[in-house]
Formats: sequence, C-alpha cells, structure tokens
Amino acid sequence: MARRKAPEVNAGSMADIAFLLLIFFLVTTTIETDSGLNRKLPPMEDVLDPPIIKERNIFSVVVNKFNQLLVEEKPLELAQLREEAVKFLDNGGGKGEEACSYCLGKRNSDSSDNPEKAVISLKNDRETDYKVYIAVQNELVAAYNVLRNREFKRLNPNLGLDFVQADKIYNDPRTSVSEKERLKPLLSEVKTLFPQKLSEAEPSKTN
Amino acid sequence: MSKFKKKKGGELPAISTASLPDIVFMLLFFFMVATVMRDSTLMVSNTLPAADQVQKLDKKDRVMYIYAGKPSMRYQDKFGTQARIQLNDKFATVQDVAAFVLAEKASKRQELQNVLTTALKVDGDTKMGLISDIKQELRKVNALKINYTTRIGDYKQNVK
Repeated sequence: MARRKAPEVNAGSMADIAFLLLIFFLVTTTIETDSGLNRKLPPMEDVLDPPIIKERNIFSVVVNKFNQLLVEEKPLELAQLREEAVKFLDNGGGKGEEACSYCLGKRNSDSSDNPEKAVISLKNDRETDYKVYIAVQNELVAAYNVLRNREFKRLNPNLGLDFVQADKIYNDPRTSVSEKERLKPLLSEVKTLFPQKLSEAEPSKTN
Repeated sequence: MSKFKKKKGGELPAISTASLPDIVFMLLFFFMVATVMRDSTLMVSNTLPAADQVQKLDKKDRVMYIYAGKPSMRYQDKFGTQARIQLNDKFATVQDVAAFVLAEKASKRQELQNVLTTALKVDGDTKMGLISDIKQELRKVNALKINYTTRIGDYKQNVK
C-alpha cells in the first residue's frame, strides 16, 4: 500500500479565530479601577453629651452649592487648602501638658493646640458637586499624609520609605506576615502623632 | 552612481502574515490578564472623579459596589435625567440601600461579614444630597467602612 502523506492543516484562519476571541474579551471585560479614598462613617448612636471642642481647635471647611470654599470664615481657593490644613494641624500652640513637641508650626495661640486635639470639620451643601467634594477630601487627606510622611521619615530615617509607601506595602495582600508585623508598630506610632480627625456635618439644604 | 540604482521590474514579494496569529494572541493574553469580567451592566453614566491620595481596594470578596449617577442615554426616556442609584442590575431608591447591604452581607462568608467595605462608584456630576442620603442609609445598617472609588489623577481635573 502506498502511504499518503497527511495533508498539512491550513493555519490561515488562526488569526481570524484569535481576533474573534480578542474582540470578545475587549467587549466583555473592563480594566477595573479599584482604588479610592477610604473613609469611615460615624456610628449611628447619638453621643449623649458631645465633647466640648474649643473654637481654635476646629478647622472649618464649608463648600457651598456653587462649589466655593469657605475656610475658617474666609473664602479660599482649593489649591491653597492643603497648605492651610497643614498649617492648622501642625500649629502646636498648646502650652504645658498640651504642648506638641514634634510640631513645626507657628505656635499661634489662635490655632490648634496639638494634632491630637485638632479637628477638621467639613460641611457641604446638598447641591455641591460630588467631584468637588472628592477634591476637598483629597486635599484634606493629603494634608494629613504630608505630616505623617514627615514624621515617619523623622522616626525611621533608615527605612527609605515614607508613610504612604509603607502603608501601601502594609495593605498589600502579597506582603509577607513578618514584614507586616515589622511595619505595623511604625505605622501606628505615626498615626497616633497625627490622628485623622475629620468630622462631617450633615449637609444643609440652604446655604 | 549606478551602484545604487534600484532594480527595475520583478514583483514585490508578499508580506508574510504567518506571525499575525502570534501578535493577536499576545494582545489577547494581555487583555485576559489585565482585565476582569464585568459583573453588572452599568445603567448610569459613571465618570469617576480624580484623586491622588488613594488607597487600593485589594480583596474583591470584601467589597460591595453601589453605583450612582445620571441614567445612561438609552435609559433616559424611561427614567429621566435625575441622578439615580444602581444596585446590582437595577435602578433603586435610597430606601433600597439598606436591604441591599444586608443581603450582600448575608451572602458573604461568616468571617468576612464584619470587614466588608462599601465602594461608592459615583459619577462626578452627581449632587452631594444623594450621596449623603446613601451614607445615612449605610450608617443605619452599620456598614461604616466606605471607599469613594476614584480615578487616579490630579484633583484639579475636578474643578474645571
């Protein structure tokens, strides 16, 4: 019997098949954006007697329905908000027991005593745009991050990381447990130096 | 200069397309790896605002999503142009949020039920009133960890 050679399979349509699959994946999938600003809402229970906070320890930020900012009773541009918030948090005007040893601010007696006491109060209108609200939140978080980075670098000069980078490594599920254990006390130390105290009032209808 | 004279005549050889499948497969694998399947069809327009102080939400199984924004073009005849909330594949009202959160919570594993994060994917042009209402509902059912999902970018893009 004469043996016939098996005919070669034509691979010309391979590209078409691959294109078909490619287009299917392009249509049905998305590149996921899963990053954002983490926040914690206050629990629902009403505090019976809210703690009395001195006026000088509150940094009030109001956003009105025209997306304009009023910071400490004065109109302000969004670009300056970060700087102003840093100034307020880092002021360290307290004396005696309330003094802040690591603050580098002006120690103005009309501004916050120490970062522990300093509260940022954010209030917005129901008609404020969400994107402006996010921009304001972003700048306030940035102000905390600026200060936390500074303290983290001061306390851990040999690590070569700043707070945000260290936090990112800590939150990455691929980081090993021992690495996490090592970073945890360092991060929480800085967090107690500059605790994030951001209070949000319920939005007003008319403003 | 006759050395450099082009040869006249003769047909152009056909470009080989033998490597085309390889190129397309490469693209295909890139998209398969870099993207995820859409789990619900978006019925609202969803241009997220930009922020640069972001943290990553890494574990998918601990997140539930709430979308909000104006209904997309093809739903506008039916639902109007007011910003709406979308839960799973349906438009919802503010009152439905609490039930949705509890249902999502019950569907997760026991040990994850207390560490759930609610990701708010809200269109940048939405008014804060709606978001405050959602936040109030979340507080009622004790879902306190939230994440405002954003694009990574400069905040100045938001205030043009």
